[in-house]
Amino acid sequence: MEKLTNRSVVASDKKMTFMERIYVPAILKGMSITITHFFKKKTTINYPEEKREFSKVYRGQHVLKRDDEGRERCTACGLCAVACPAEAITMVAAERKPGEEHLYREEKYAAIYEINMLRCIYCGDCEDACPKEAIFLTDRIVASELC
Amino acid sequence: MELTTLLFKTIFLFIILLVTLVVAMYSTYAERKVAAFMQDRNGPNRAGPFGLLQPLADGLKMFMKEEIIPLTANKYLFILGPSIAMTTALLTGVVIPWGDTLTIGDHVYSLQMADLNIGILYVFAMVSIGVYGIMIGGWASNNKYALLGAIRAASQMISYELAMGMSIIALVLTTGSLSLHDIVAQQHGMHWNIFYQPLGFFIFLTCAFAETNRAPFDLPECETELIGGYHTEYSSMKLGFYLFAEYVNMFISSAVIATLYFGGYNMPFIDQLGLSSNAVTFIGMGFFFIKIFAFIFLFMWIRWTLPRFRYDQLMNMGWKGLIPLAIFNILATGAYYFFTSLK
Repeated sequence: MEKLTNRSVVASDKKMTFMERIYVPAILKGMSITITHFFKKKTTINYPEEKREFSKVYRGQHVLKRDDEGRERCTACGLCAVACPAEAITMVAAERKPGEEHLYREEKYAAIYEINMLRCIYCGDCEDACPKEAIFLTDRIVASELC
Repeated sequence: MELTTLLFKTIFLFIILLVTLVVAMYSTYAERKVAAFMQDRNGPNRAGPFGLLQPLADGLKMFMKEEIIPLTANKYLFILGPSIAMTTALLTGVVIPWGDTLTIGDHVYSLQMADLNIGILYVFAMVSIGVYGIMIGGWASNNKYALLGAIRAASQMISYELAMGMSIIALVLTTGSLSLHDIVAQQHGMHWNIFYQPLGFFIFLTCAFAETNRAPFDLPECETELIGGYHTEYSSMKLGFYLFAEYVNMFISSAVIATLYFGGYNMPFIDQLGLSSNAVTFIGMGFFFIKIFAFIFLFMWIRWTLPRFRYDQLMNMGWKGLIPLAIFNILATGAYYFFTSLK
């Protein structure tokens, strides 16, 4: 089998040599490793002050968009729920009443639209499945209290 | 004793106590920073600038925690344990010469609380009593993990105290005095004892790690086997005392190492600068603290490099490694002085 790194050592229980038994050379070697790490650049990103650079296709928090006149695009067709591999989306459909035309674009709308954020895997299939271009995954980071 | 001397000693005592506590407090911060840096992390940086208020926040947390005394514990000994650990840790600072003499008016004050003629023995006595703090605390908890930790602490400290004492005997052979003040005074110039007793220094350093229960000798409190070791049952500030005593011990043992082997407050080439005696004292004191901080860093550096020793390895190294080495060191030193005195 191919080795994953060039650092693998075959373990053995042979008797330790004198140099190994007095520990000091090994200790000094270890200390030289830690001191180089002491001065190395830290890998931490101090989150609220610093932010990691995101890819352009990053998929974060979901939103249900409205159209240009401010009407909800979603018609509660349920295709996103069908497409969702994690079965995170549930919705309750409702019928548009007369006088609500400025709120909902079509006759049907989602009265309740829920995404279980613990189940969501951010695959973006709901985005692709949506025939009305209503749901999108934005570049917003999901707040920790949401998931 | 004159009143001015008494006043000076009292003020000096409080300063030393304060410095010891503040250094120990910020050692906890330094420890976390050093650990983080060695693991490519940042460490605490939220409380105050660079996280400098973190020790205060930690202390406050300790005070706010609920204080739990287990029903089956021996209440008096349970409280006595951390008190002994803390008290003995602080008491050792008394004999350490923090600086040379200070001249105020026509009075000359020594920057050492008490110049005992058996200074080293006093340090050893205090360190030995420190074992009782851990032993009593572990036993009084009435918990098998605490007891195991306490037994480990006691056996480890007794084993390493022997080697430590013997490395000191070789040192005393070269200095001819047990008083820490004399030992430091003799190292004036670059006559540091490390150059005369390198092997003794190595043994002493190793034993100092074991005596302070620091990694790689932190078996009494190894989390993976014993939960928390001797302080498993402790909470609130009593736990804080135990943890804090460890840092005080680290500070004091760094000071003792610097005093015994690295010339204490002596700084090379200080005489050539032609400064007044008070200035020399203050610079010397600063240099002493630089040495102490260097050793504290060494303690942390080693802790975050090495894994813990196994118990049998610890005992093997103490009894079969360090003690014969220390005896050899005594013999070699003794033989050297014997043959040089013949000529």
